[in-house]
Amino acid sequence: MDEFVNLKETELRLGLPGTDNVSEEIERVSCNKRALQGDTENETESSMMKMETCPPRKAQIVGWPPVRSSRKNIIQTKKNESDSEGGRGVYVKVSMDGAPYLRKIDLSCYKGYKELLKALEIMFNFSVGEYFEREGYKGSDFVPTYEDKDGDWMLIGDVPWEMFVCTCKRLRIMKGSEAKGLGCGV
Amino acid sequence: MDRAIKLQLSTSEMNYFPDEVIEHIFDFIPSHRDRNSISLVSKSWHKIERYSRHQVFIGNCYAISPERLIRRFPCLRSLTLKGKPHFADFNLVPHEWGGFLHPWIDALSKARVGLEELRLKRMVVSDESLELLSRSFVGFKSLVLVSCDGFTTDGLASIAANCRHLRELDLQENEIDDHRGQWLNCFPDSSTTLVSLNFACLKGETNLSALERLVARSPNLKSLKVNRAVPLDALTRLMSCAPQLVDLGVGCYENEAEPESFEKLMAAIKKCTLLRSLSGFSEVAPVCLTAFYPICENLTSLNLSYAAEIQGNHLIEFVQFCKRLQLLWILDSIGDKGLEIVASSCKELQELRVFPSDPHDEEDNNTAVTEIGLVAISAGCPKLHSILYFCKQMTNAALITVAKNCPNFIRFRLCILEPNKPDHITSQSLDEGFGAIVQACKGLRRLSVSGLLTDKVFLYIGMYAEQLEMLSIAFAGDTDKGMLYVLNGCKKLRKLEIRDSPFGNAALLADVGKYETMRSLWMSSCEVTLGGCKRLARNAPWLNVEIINENENGRMERNEEDEREKVDRLYLYRTVVGTRKDAPPCVTIL
Repeated sequence: MDEFVNLKETELRLGLPGTDNVSEEIERVSCNKRALQGDTENETESSMMKMETCPPRKAQIVGWPPVRSSRKNIIQTKKNESDSEGGRGVYVKVSMDGAPYLRKIDLSCYKGYKELLKALEIMFNFSVGEYFEREGYKGSDFVPTYEDKDGDWMLIGDVPWEMFVCTCKRLRIMKGSEAKGLGCGV
Repeated sequence: MDRAIKLQLSTSEMNYFPDEVIEHIFDFIPSHRDRNSISLVSKSWHKIERYSRHQVFIGNCYAISPERLIRRFPCLRSLTLKGKPHFADFNLVPHEWGGFLHPWIDALSKARVGLEELRLKRMVVSDESLELLSRSFVGFKSLVLVSCDGFTTDGLASIAANCRHLRELDLQENEIDDHRGQWLNCFPDSSTTLVSLNFACLKGETNLSALERLVARSPNLKSLKVNRAVPLDALTRLMSCAPQLVDLGVGCYENEAEPESFEKLMAAIKKCTLLRSLSGFSEVAPVCLTAFYPICENLTSLNLSYAAEIQGNHLIEFVQFCKRLQLLWILDSIGDKGLEIVASSCKELQELRVFPSDPHDEEDNNTAVTEIGLVAISAGCPKLHSILYFCKQMTNAALITVAKNCPNFIRFRLCILEPNKPDHITSQSLDEGFGAIVQACKGLRRLSVSGLLTDKVFLYIGMYAEQLEMLSIAFAGDTDKGMLYVLNGCKKLRKLEIRDSPFGNAALLADVGKYETMRSLWMSSCEVTLGGCKRLARNAPWLNVEIINENENGRMERNEEDEREKVDRLYLYRTVVGTRKDAPPCVTIL
C-alpha cells in the first residue's frame, strides 16, 4: 500500500536496531505513549504494535487525498508551528555515510543554516565546503542533504530556513560519488 | 452553435462571397469545437478556417507534433498546451515523464509564427525555452504557466527583459527554482504595458523596490499577485500606486501589524474601489484580513484556501459580508456552521471549493465540514454550478437532497478523505447518492466520486451522465462491469482516470475503438496486466500505450517480462504522430 514504507525496509543503512521509521512516526503523532523499543524488523508486526499503542492513525497512501503538495505544505507549516509553540523540539535524525550510528538533533535550537551546519560539522567531525546558490556545496566530499515531506532528497540551504524546519524529516550527510550527483553543478 | 448551423444551411450561396467575407464571419466563432466543426463542412471552408485560426487549444501535447500544428495553422497567435496527466498533481507521475515545451518553441520560432500568447499546463519548461521564446516572438504578449516546472527565475528574467509588449505574466502553482535574483529588475524602464502579474508561487525574496517601480509605471495593471516575501508595508505602497487593481493576491505578513501600518493599509485598500478578486493570505495574521472589510462587498472572487492561519470564526466574519461572491475557495476550517452562513449570505455563488486543512486526518478536530455544510450550500445558493468538496463523511440522503436542490451542476467533485467510507448513518454504499446527482444534473460535465462504491454507481453514471466529459474514480467498483458501464454509456467521455479499483483486462479491451473518441485514459493500481496492455497496443496503433514502472530504473530490474504481471500505472492517449521519442527509462511505450 505505502510504497515508501517498503523502500525503507530494504534500504541499507547503518543504524542502531529499534530506531526505524515506525517509531519515529509514532513519536510524531500527538501521542504520549512511547513506541515500544525493540520493535522487530517485520513491518506488519510493527504496524500492529502501532495500533495497540496509539490512537488509530491513517496509513498514508501515495497521492491521497488528491491535494497538491503546495497545499499540504501550507497545512504542515501551520501544524509544525503550533507544535513547537507547545515546547516540543523539532527532532530529526542525522545520518552520515560511513558513520556507525545516527544522531538526533533539535532543529528548533538553531537560528539558521550557518549554525546548523556548524553543529553538524562538530558532531560528525567533517567539513561541509561552501554553499553556492547554483552549484551547491563546493570544496568538500561531504554534502548535507535532507528528506522533505514529499520523500524527496534535497540539498540543505536552498529554501528559507523556516520552510526547511517545517518540511525536513531527516538529515543525511552524503559522501563521495553519490554526493557528486547532488552537490556539484547539476 | 446557432450561428454555425445557420452558416451550414447556405454554404453553396456563401461560396459566392469572397474568402475575406467568410473569414470575417468565422471571426465571430471563437469556440474551438465550433471551429473544428466548421472546418469539416467543405474543402474551401477548411482552407479559409485554417488561415484564419488564431487560437489553438491542444489538450495533450503528444497528440500532435509542432510541425503539423504549424502546417495547418500558420497564422497561429495563441497556443494552449497541456502536458502531464492530471494525477501528476498528486505525485503519481514521475518528474521526468515528459511534456517538454522546447520542441514547440523551437518549431514555432523556426517557422516564424507570430506567437502572442502561450498558455501551458503541467509542462516541463526550461530557462532555455523561455529565453528562446522571449527572443523569437516580437509581439509576444501573454505567458500563463500553470503547474509547470523545470525553470528558474533566470527564465523569467529573459521574459521580462526581452518581451517589449508583455501584458500578462501569470505563474500559477509552478515549481520554480528561485535564484533570488533580480528578475523584476529586468523589466526595462520603458516597459509600461503590464496588465497582469502573478508571481505568488515564487518562494524566494523579491526585490521590493523593483516591484514598486514596475507597478508605478504600469497604469494598465489590473491583476497583481505577489508572493510571501512582500510584507505589509510594501503591499500598502503597491496598492497606493495601483488603485485601479481588480484582482489582488496578498503576500504573507506573519506578525501582527502595528496600528499605524494597519491604518495606512486600510486607507490604501479603501481607494481600490475596482477590486473584485482577492487571494493569497498564506501565513497571515487574522487581523490583516479585516483590513479588507471596506471593499468586501464588492468582491466576486475570494480564495482563502491557503490561509491556514485564519481560523473559522474570522473566515465566517469576513465572508458573511461578501454578498456578491461568485467564487469561493476556502479551507474546511470554516466548518458546517460557516457554510450555512455562506449559504445565507452569498446568493450569487457559482463555484465553491472546500479544501482539507487536515488531509491525513491526524487531528481529532470536529470543525471539518460534513454533509450538513454541503446540503446547506445547495439549498442556499441557486446559481451554484461547480463544486469541489473535501470532507470526512457523507450520506446518500444528503446527496439526494443536494441533487434536488441543485440540478444545474456542471462540475461535481466530492472527495471523502477516507477511501471506501460508506454512508456514515446507514453504512451502505454511496451508489444511490451519486446516482441521484447524475440523474438530476443533466448538464454534468465533470465528476469525481469517492467513498464506498460498487459497480452500481457506474451503471447509473453510464445511464444518466450523458454530457459527462471527465470522470475521476478512486478506490471504487467491484468488477470489470463497472468500468464497462462507463465506457459504453458515457458518449461524450474524454478523460477517464482511475486509481486503486478492481478493473482489469476485460474492461480495458472490450471496446478499443472507444479510446479514439477520448483524449486519454489513466489507470493505476488496478488489475490490468502487461499482457492486456500489449494486446491493446497491438489492436490500436493510433494509441500510445504507456506503462510507467514502479521503480524509476525501468524495466532493467525485471528478468523476464511476465505478461501476467500487473501494471502499476497505465496511461494511454490517442495520437496522430505515433510513439514519442522523449520518454524516460521509467516509461515503456508498447
